[in-house]
Amino acid sequence: MHALGKVLRELNNYFKRFYMNHYETVFILNPVLSEEQIKETVKKYEDFLVSRGAKMIAKEDWGLKKLAYPIQHKKSGFYHLFEHAAENGDSINGLEVEFGRDERIMRNLTVSLDKHAISWAERRRARNNKKA
Amino acid sequence: MASIEQQAKGKKDGEIRYLTPLNIETSKAKKYCMFKKSGIRYVDYKDPDFLMRFINEQGKILPRRLTGTSLKYQRKVAVAVKRARHLALMPYVADLLK
Repeated sequence: MHALGKVLRELNNYFKRFYMNHYETVFILNPVLSEEQIKETVKKYEDFLVSRGAKMIAKEDWGLKKLAYPIQHKKSGFYHLFEHAAENGDSINGLEVEFGRDERIMRNLTVSLDKHAISWAERRRARNNKKA
Repeated sequence: MASIEQQAKGKKDGEIRYLTPLNIETSKAKKYCMFKKSGIRYVDYKDPDFLMRFINEQGKILPRRLTGTSLKYQRKVAVAVKRARHLALMPYVADLLK
């Protein structure tokens, strides 16, 4: 039994090299920011993820959207989406701490994507590209 | 066919009898899980328009006895709605949403 567990663990480690966990992060930026500040902020977090060993898969800019309820007395916000992949959650732990410290970020949400979510994200991207 | 008098003297008390059988549709359309039917595997929290089908006017998540969603997908719908609420794509509380 012990030997079997060891073999399984080794197999798991072996296959881990070939796949990465996919994550999706959506964050809402303060609407009072200028266009340059927004670009700078998005760039900052993109660089942050890459520096922590994550791979950027897709970026989306949803633009200024109306919020369903006020957040920090604001009625709208700039929505941005990152899809990224990493071998472990280290990059995300750091990212969420940074988001929490940053006053420009009003909300953030990071979710891990399962296989159905990944295939849906791919189809969604293809559809959006076709539209654009 | 029994006569009216015979029907009026029917054995069961309080039972309503009609001269002609009433033509009322009693079988309702069967509810179904739209995720299973249309093959949707992932419930996307980024699509509030779609999730609108699973909440009521006040923004509450509808029970699956009303929507017909299977348990597996009802759980996913609930998570998706909650994520959408966190990102202010959907309201936590609302009035006259539809």
